[in-house]
Amino acid sequence: MIDQTATEVEQLIEMARGFRLDVLEMTSRYHAHLSSCLSAVEIMTAIYFGGVLRYRPHQPKWEERDRFILSKGHAAPLFYTVLAHAGYFDTSRLAHFREIGDELHGHPIQDSLPGVELTSGSLGQGLSFGIGHVLARRLSGLDYWVYVLMGDGECEAGQVWEAAMSAAHYKANQLVAIIDHNQYQQTGPIQREMSLTPFDEKWRSFGWHVEECNGHNITDLLDTLQRAKQVTDRPVVIIAHTVKGKGISFVEADYSFHGRGLSPEQAKLAREEILCRTVN
Amino acid sequence: MPYGELAGLRPAKQLREYFGQAILEAAQQNPRVVVLDGDLGNSTGAATVKKAFPERFFNIGIAESNMISISAGLASCGYIPFATSLSSFLLCNAYEQIRVSVAIAGLNVKLMGSHSGMTTNREGPSSMSIEDYALSGGLPTFTILVPSDPVSMIKAVHAAVKHVGPVYIRSSREPMPYIYSEDDPFEVGKANLVREGGDAAIIACGLMVPVSLDAATLLAQEGIQVRILDMHTLRPLDRAAILKAAKDTGAIVTAEEHMIRGGMGSAVAQVLAQDLPTPMRFIGIPDRYPRSGSLEELMADMGMTAQHIAAAVKDVIRQKQKT
Repeated sequence: MIDQTATEVEQLIEMARGFRLDVLEMTSRYHAHLSSCLSAVEIMTAIYFGGVLRYRPHQPKWEERDRFILSKGHAAPLFYTVLAHAGYFDTSRLAHFREIGDELHGHPIQDSLPGVELTSGSLGQGLSFGIGHVLARRLSGLDYWVYVLMGDGECEAGQVWEAAMSAAHYKANQLVAIIDHNQYQQTGPIQREMSLTPFDEKWRSFGWHVEECNGHNITDLLDTLQRAKQVTDRPVVIIAHTVKGKGISFVEADYSFHGRGLSPEQAKLAREEILCRTVN
Repeated sequence: MPYGELAGLRPAKQLREYFGQAILEAAQQNPRVVVLDGDLGNSTGAATVKKAFPERFFNIGIAESNMISISAGLASCGYIPFATSLSSFLLCNAYEQIRVSVAIAGLNVKLMGSHSGMTTNREGPSSMSIEDYALSGGLPTFTILVPSDPVSMIKAVHAAVKHVGPVYIRSSREPMPYIYSEDDPFEVGKANLVREGGDAAIIACGLMVPVSLDAATLLAQEGIQVRILDMHTLRPLDRAAILKAAKDTGAIVTAEEHMIRGGMGSAVAQVLAQDLPTPMRFIGIPDRYPRSGSLEELMADMGMTAQHIAAAVKDVIRQKQKT
């Protein structure tokens, strides 16, 4: 077990608050997927700063680094702020998100920034890509873990299930898919638009080890990620139950915020709420 | 009559067999070469690696999208993956993955598409690959190689391993006769002059190189001498060779086993339209889908026989003489 003290968890919670503020600012400037970032804040905070991922920001191509593959590329603003705060590049560049002349593209492009493993923005490809890293690990004899962050709506894509099938077939171990299960896709609730039910059973029947957790509770996330590390004979999926738009109440209540940022007035209200409300 | 027989070319086995030989050599020479298969390894030739290096051969099943993104992951870790299938399945099923996972970042993934053109003939159009130049041509980071004989196929595979970046290699199940000897060059981006002549030039690729050589034989009987360029690399296109052929002969015919629209001829026309407008004719598949039939019947139906090429050459020469 990673023995996180209460203080360390509190530090991660505060860090997550800062990421929410960054994401709010980045998505308000040119419109981007605010609510899809907010549901994944604690997941990414736990992975990068909770002692889960082994990485070297100043040696981003370190061969034995654990891989973090962002498959739900529309969470780019969150990804960029996490990478910047992890030390991959200067936080001042976050102000240039979506601007020509910098490399913080609307959706990440592989190797355009240190720490970006995969080009994304077209959903469904990250899990297969992660399997490629697992097969390469076997051939090379190196040792690392592969984490893939996916959306739940993304799991409607057929390629996800091609990947799920082949990962089990090749016993792709040290592979952890984390699903930000925020219950919504662009046009509405997943249950209404394209039900995934029974979601956990689908993964289990494909041969995966399934874990579930509260995707906004740092302690639960860290415990679950730690349990995932005990499974070494097959791939693991963590279904992280989250809330789309988490941390800003009027965004949580309205799925139409999927692909847009906030007006200056809304952003002001949101900032105030993020500053005074603790997500855990 | 086999393609190239009229021109006296030495017969060979099906082109895919030489891919099988070349990919095995490549795997023997380079431990980073790995092969991914869309459950057609015994059809594409890729199975040679399965026998020799089972640990470097992955059958991903009938799931080309998955195969391409897995290849991208392997390439990102320093391996040289060859993703193999029938050309149509590979490029059409996985185009999105090729574009996003591979092409945008320019990853070192090699695509090998077999059974290209109309060579699945009696199977019908669903498995024909007659849009692959247009599809791969739409990916700006891709090098596109279209071998025309056993020697160029083997050299193309080795060139693809050496080249850092994405490559598409087009293979076929048709026997394509020997055009080259071992000593002939195969340089990526440099067209090969396979026949000299001054009355017109045929720019061909793949199977249409031997067919064009047959056409040249027919034309020579009438006293017409054509130059033939084997445009084995569609990207980067050999602009200099195209311009020289246009300047020297003043009449160009392109010949490809592909849709005319969006194919090699279109790319040649783009070069000439800008820098040296020249009378042209285009041999290839017009705007309709082939049906089932023998390859000979399909080639005749689409206007792609040696006789059709010879007629196009005479026609373009007439236009040249009028202007």
